[in-house]
Parts: sequence; structure tokens; C-alpha cells
Amino acid sequence: MYAQMVKTDTKRVRSLDEMEPQERAFQERIDAGQKIEPKEWMPEDYRKTLIRQISQHAHSEIVGQLPEGNWISRAPTLERKAILLAKVQDEAGHGLYLYCAAETLGISRDQMYEQLHSGKAKYSSIFNYPTLSWADIGAIGWLVDGAAIMNQVPLQRCSYGPYARAMVRICKEESFHQRQGFDIMTVLAKGTPEQKAMAQDALDRWWWPSLMMFGPSDDASVHSAQSMAWKIKQNSNDELRQKFVDQTVPQAKYLGLTVPDPALKWNEEKGGHDFGEPDWNEFFAVIAGEGPCNRERLEARRKAWNDGAWFRDGLTAHAEKQAARRQASRIAAE
Amino acid sequence: MSSEWPLWEVFIRGQHGLNHRHVGSLHAPDAEMAILNARDVYTRRNEGVSIWVVRSADIVASAPSDKGPLFDPANAKVYRHPTFFDVPDEVGHM
Ligand SMILES: [Fe+2]
Ligand SMILES: [Fe+2]
Repeated sequence: MYAQMVKTDTKRVRSLDEMEPQERAFQERIDAGQKIEPKEWMPEDYRKTLIRQISQHAHSEIVGQLPEGNWISRAPTLERKAILLAKVQDEAGHGLYLYCAAETLGISRDQMYEQLHSGKAKYSSIFNYPTLSWADIGAIGWLVDGAAIMNQVPLQRCSYGPYARAMVRICKEESFHQRQGFDIMTVLAKGTPEQKAMAQDALDRWWWPSLMMFGPSDDASVHSAQSMAWKIKQNSNDELRQKFVDQTVPQAKYLGLTVPDPALKWNEEKGGHDFGEPDWNEFFAVIAGEGPCNRERLEARRKAWNDGAWFRDGLTAHAEKQAARRQASRIAAE
Repeated sequence: MSSEWPLWEVFIRGQHGLNHRHVGSLHAPDAEMAILNARDVYTRRNEGVSIWVVRSADIVASAPSDKGPLFDPANAKVYRHPTFFDVPDEVGHM
């Protein structure tokens, strides 16, 4: 997902009886559906895991602007350009809400940027693929934002208050993202044969990376079990992937496009689709930095950060000067 | 590396006649920029008619551990609620 394979420091999820009183009280509050707020006591591992998860999520929103930003200056109409600009601006906002949520756990914004720019922190694998045609912008909104929604809707109920509240704001904006993407796909799919071929090509390239967004099966993962016990993860990766496939296949059918999976078949018995396995070797390579655009994405981020330094410093200097002036006139008035 | 901009808490009045409500926080070099940034981050869809920003460092908060002593006493004072009193039907609306 936007935060893939988040590790905890847990070796084994412990039962209530095995916990010290403080931790037990904490777990009981979570079990009762109460929210944990900043400054309240929490296990160190809960705090560290959340920082990893939220900052990874924030980095994904920020880096996620880059593939789409590639098409702002080349959108086919002024209206599409305005819509795409608004969408990409939303993603910047999502990053900011999430960075703020992470900061309440005791990490600074600059530390998080540093982790992103040094390559230490991860962001979603999906943003390391290139946007080759305008149809890719449609496919991203439809599939990538669609997959993000699957994951973010349940996170609105997560146990950490600031994260849950950021998710509420984000979810309100996401459905615009998905619909504008589907709208682009609809126009292309119902257009000329060339346009329809563009839409099909985009679906062919984005389908598997979108399924990989949910991460490999984690039914046997202790990290996933611990995150679920803490209610900072609500569904298994396979569950969400299944839901995504079942939701998306009829949409592709409506568009008259073919999902590029020969194994895809409706399974009456389970009431869902059977589908093929994504190429997990590709996934791990992308996560390890070897996707088609990893280097380009990080370079763009670093360049934006470094090129903006003079401007950030200028604003700081101006603020300091103004503050000093106010101070001086206050003293003079006394 | 240059120093990080301070953190500001953002409060928005959603509609005329309502209170300002805390919506989140952001970094900005000064109050003017904090308001401009808050406009972009928190009111992209007509969410507000007025913005307050306060430096996070200037907010004084009650400690989570004081929750009991501060708020529990009110639990025992049910008579503060109008539903504590029975109003006979004959009396009509009160
Ligand atoms: Fe987003
Ligand atoms: Fe989005």
C-alpha cells in the first residue's frame, strides 16, 4: 500500500496476561475502540512502528506527485489541466497532513525529509513506474487512487487519533481522484481506436503494479499480526487485494478494456474472482531501488529540496527581522 | 542545514456563526505565512470563512495523566443535567 511491509520490533504478539500493567491498560483501551492521543503513554514499539508507517505513507503522497506532475504541462485540455493540478495539489496536502501526524510522535519534519532524501525511508513501489502517455494519468487515478482508497478507508478507524483524523480528511478528497481518472479512461475507451488502444496499454502496464501496492501475502507475518492487534492495520493484504480486484474488474468491463491476466475468472463458490499472482521478484527489486524510475524520483525530490533552500532561508530571515523590529518598537513604547 | 520552520496549530471557522475548530497543524516561518499556508492546506474546498493560527509552542495543554482529577468529579453531578428532574406530564413543556 502507500505504506508497504511496515516492520514492527515484535517477535511474537503477546496476550493481555503476559503484559505489564501499563501496557495491558493500553491494549485494553485499543481493544475497547478508544483512540490513543499524542503525549499519552504508549509502548515504544507502537510509537516507532507508527512513525515508520505514517512517514512512509507521507513520503508516498509527496513522491506520488512526480509521475502525475509529468503531465500537467501536457494535459490535452485546459479543463483537464486544472483538474490534474487540483489533484496533484491534494496529494501535497495529504503528505502535509500525514507529516504533521507523524510529528506528534516525536520525529521532526526535517528528520523525515532527510530519511526520504537519503534513501533510508521507503515510499510506495507504485511511484517508481513511468507515466508514458496521457492514458497513464487516467489509469493512475482509477487504479492507484482506487487501491489507495481500499486501504485508507479502514485506516480512518485506526487507533492513533492524529493518523485517523488525517485519514478522514484524505478519504474525503480521494474519491475525486479516482473519478477524474476513471473519467479520463472512459473518454479514451469510448474514443477513436487509437485512443482506446492507449487506454488498454495503460491498463496493461498499471494493472500488476497496482496489485503489488497491497504488498505480498502477510497472513503469516508477525508484524502484520502485531499491527492488527494495535489497530493500525485492519485488513490483511490479500483481503484488500481481493476486494480491489472484485471492484475493478466490472469497471474494466464497462470500459470495454481487458484486464491483462489470463488466470482472471469469476469464482461463484467464493463469490469473488480468482486471479494470477503478481511478479513478486519485480516488487522486491522496485522496493530495493531498482524500479524503472527510483533514481529519477529521488533526484527530483532532492533537487526540489536543495533548490528551495535559499527561499526557505529567505523567509526565515524575513520572519526574524520582523520579530526583532516588533520587539524593538515594543521596548521603545515602554 | 538551515533551521526548521516552527509548527503552528490551525483553527478554522467553517461557517458564519460557528466556532473556530482545530483542523491540524503546519510549518511556516511566521504568522502571515502560516495563514497563507493554512488557506492552501486546509481550505481548498470552501471549508472555511476565517482562519486562526497559533504557535504550537504557545499552547498549554492539560496532561493526559490529569484526566481523572480534572474530569471525573463531573461524573457524580448528574443533577447538572435537566434530564435529572422529572417534569409531570400535566405541566407541559418546560
Ligand atoms: Fe493521496
Ligand atoms: Fe489521491
